[in-house]
Amino acid sequence: MGTTRIVIVGGGIVGCAIARELSRYQDLDITVLEREAEIGMGVSKANTAIIHAGFDDDPDKAPVKAALCARGNELWHTLVDELEIPCIWPGSLVVATDDDQVPTVETLMARAERNNVPGCELWDADVLRTKEPSLGEGARLALFAPTAGVISPFDAVFALMENAQANGARLVTGAEVTAVRFGNEKEVETPAGTFDFDILINAAGLYADTVSHLAGITDFNIGARKGEYLLFDKALGPLTNHIVFPAPSKMGKGILVTFTAEGHTMIGPNAQDIPDKDDFATTAPGIDEVYNGARKLVPKLYPRGQCIRTFAGVRPEPSTGDFIIRSYDGLPSFINAAGIRSPGLASAPAIAERVASLLIDQGVELNPSADFIPERKAIPRFSEMDAVERDAIIRESPAYGRVVCRCETVTEAEVVQAIRRGATTLDGVKLRTRAGMGRCQSGFCSFRVLDILARELGVPRDSITKRGGASLMTIGGTKDLRRDDR
Amino acid sequence: MIEREVDAVVIGAGPAGLAAACAMKEQGVDPVLLERDHILGGILPQCIHPGFGLIHFKEELTGPEFVQRFIDRANELDVERMLDTMVMDIAREDDGRIRVTAVNPKMGEVALVAKAVVLGMGCRERTRHNITIPGTRPAGVYTAGTAQRLINVEGLMPGKEVVVLGSGDIGLIMARRFTLEGAKVKMVCEIQPYLCGLTRNRVQCLVDYDIPLHLGTTIIDVHGKDRVEGVTIAEVGPGWKPVPGTEEYVPCDCVVVSVGLIPENELSNKLGIETDPMTTGPRVTEDMATSVPGVYAAGNVLLVNDLVDYVSQQAITAGEAAARYVKEGAPAGKVTEVTCGAGCRLIVPQRVTRDKDVSFLLRVTEPMENAVLHVPELGKKKKLGRAVPGEMEKLRLKQADLAKAGGTITIVVEEGGE
Repeated sequence: MGTTRIVIVGGGIVGCAIARELSRYQDLDITVLEREAEIGMGVSKANTAIIHAGFDDDPDKAPVKAALCARGNELWHTLVDELEIPCIWPGSLVVATDDDQVPTVETLMARAERNNVPGCELWDADVLRTKEPSLGEGARLALFAPTAGVISPFDAVFALMENAQANGARLVTGAEVTAVRFGNEKEVETPAGTFDFDILINAAGLYADTVSHLAGITDFNIGARKGEYLLFDKALGPLTNHIVFPAPSKMGKGILVTFTAEGHTMIGPNAQDIPDKDDFATTAPGIDEVYNGARKLVPKLYPRGQCIRTFAGVRPEPSTGDFIIRSYDGLPSFINAAGIRSPGLASAPAIAERVASLLIDQGVELNPSADFIPERKAIPRFSEMDAVERDAIIRESPAYGRVVCRCETVTEAEVVQAIRRGATTLDGVKLRTRAGMGRCQSGFCSFRVLDILARELGVPRDSITKRGGASLMTIGGTKDLRRDDR
Repeated sequence: MIEREVDAVVIGAGPAGLAAACAMKEQGVDPVLLERDHILGGILPQCIHPGFGLIHFKEELTGPEFVQRFIDRANELDVERMLDTMVMDIAREDDGRIRVTAVNPKMGEVALVAKAVVLGMGCRERTRHNITIPGTRPAGVYTAGTAQRLINVEGLMPGKEVVVLGSGDIGLIMARRFTLEGAKVKMVCEIQPYLCGLTRNRVQCLVDYDIPLHLGTTIIDVHGKDRVEGVTIAEVGPGWKPVPGTEEYVPCDCVVVSVGLIPENELSNKLGIETDPMTTGPRVTEDMATSVPGVYAAGNVLLVNDLVDYVSQQAITAGEAAARYVKEGAPAGKVTEVTCGAGCRLIVPQRVTRDKDVSFLLRVTEPMENAVLHVPELGKKKKLGRAVPGEMEKLRLKQADLAKAGGTITIVVEEGGE
């Protein structure tokens, strides 16, 4: 049998995980199509960044989510080492803050056992006072899940894609799918060209319904649910020892208190169903709701003025209530990996495994390639080196001695490597290196990064964008407007 | 890895660091000046407007001209400097000396073990996120200093239809700067009911160019996916809450945020220096000595100054005192704490010894027409006249009076009546 052409629509965490998983096998020609200028700029960019343990979903109501989360969690434990993705495993707590919530937490404990989530324990108020003293006096009972972790979701996307590319996969950006054709010539149309496929895998996140509908599968829709977040100065450190959730409600897991893999305290999200999938705007009432909600859980929250960034993410909400990972009898060349809501990040490697098994069901032979390289090296982070390591790397590569982003201590060498690995925009550099993610929010480094991008890409400085499209950082040179006047 | 023992280290080669290093060198102490940029001068090379030096040099200079005088002096004195050099860590050794570790592309990791250190790291800008302006996060939202850098140094225009938030000096100056480059500045919004910058900047930057100033007004929403497309502004009522019905959509492609400066004290915190919650900088004596022996601070790392002239004066004081410390060790002396009473938002220095006259800089909490300053413990009064938070007030207390003080004196400012 010859080469099977696989086209994956969507360069988010799911598409990249699928690309990486399939890149293990021989005779697959893998192309990932991403509509934005950079991968990982949709749902994968703005979320809680948590690798959930896997007890949240009821296997009777959402069997796919219930099965894949714990499996994804297990796979991430290996993947983060193989791919050098920043990740920590502090464990999570779901806290009952009044008597009414105690049964909910007890139900979750029972479900943890049913979903094969390892190591869970119920902690009473006394244990909580010792292990998680940040909680308020009302904390009655909590479910502790030791396998829950926090990952850098951006690094996860880039690492998976870089590794997939090292194993032969191809990425095309600026490639929004506008038409899908089955028949003798199976192909997708995009502004970046037409791509032939044998199997089309839809991992288009918020727009997975649109792509599925283009393919003729119209039995679901994807709604949009916005969640707002506040991120605090790293210098303050994590506020809690664990990822702390309130007892869940119908709208989701609730407003939690967590921290990033780099140690910024983060709170959020609220949950608001919105008509516009591109509505990433934060709102004053939303920010208040998040702050006040988090304070119910952890009373001694950092002051609002120490917040270094507010942002909103949009989660896809499938009309089916569960992940839609399947093929279709009448359409053997199409696989949906759609409706990937929370715990999508945690489940992504398991989703990729399931997609691989669907390929086998469709008659594709998956033979492991002897050339597969499972490891990917991260860009060495200057900020994490000790004095000896810093000295050595500067001698080897002097651009490591030039700090571009002072808040996060990111050097020119790291920015250059990010660009060589595919960054073409300020956000692309930021999410790969952390330049601009600190307390000044790129005030000091934006023009430096802009300069380096223009130099490395060989393009004019006024063509550099924040995140592609029309997001130009500047509108031209000084005096240009005066010239226009004449 | 290079390690050296030195007399002193000055961190930051802006106006504070340059003046402190020159002052030290003039006292016969050899400092090493560390600067993260590849040129000397700090923020001033991008401040091409006039208005600098009226106090210190008794003439009006631009930012680059002002700082060049200190650069020339540093060159004359042959002050040792390391450019492109970022301080990574600072710590106190067991013997009381301060170990400063830094990196640069040429030398790699450098450790300097100094008898004295002057902190001159300056400040950074508060961002839209610190004050949680909601809305989208498109390209075209800049802090005033970043916009200034783009226009004046990089030669790039951030936008052509601009709304400025904040009536601090940088906001006002950038409103004029954008206008001079042919951009349309639609308005300057200020959440406070009063101007936050210097009155002269209101006249020279807004009035002269017909740029409207909306007091008691803020941006409550930012619109646009890729680039800014507009903002919603609204008047604010009690608690700075937007007043329903006053919302107005203003189309623009650029938002310039000038909502305050924050002293950059990440290194000070590593040393465990005691800070003042009001200035957010180190608490210092009249010598600009921090709570850690041998460590001095000057300029905007200490408090956000109105005028660079004050920065230079603080830095000369700090440099001279640090030089004395290198030569003689710490001065003895009884200490009086200076605290802010009603009407006084912040004051520097926050503690004084009682053996010399001391000059203070302070800010009032709110605008007053006939302000009177009291120091109840000393029975002293001073008429300030019109006082506004945007302009620092000066106070000088004589040694003879300070000698009478106990452990604490309080600075009270109130409306004087008649």
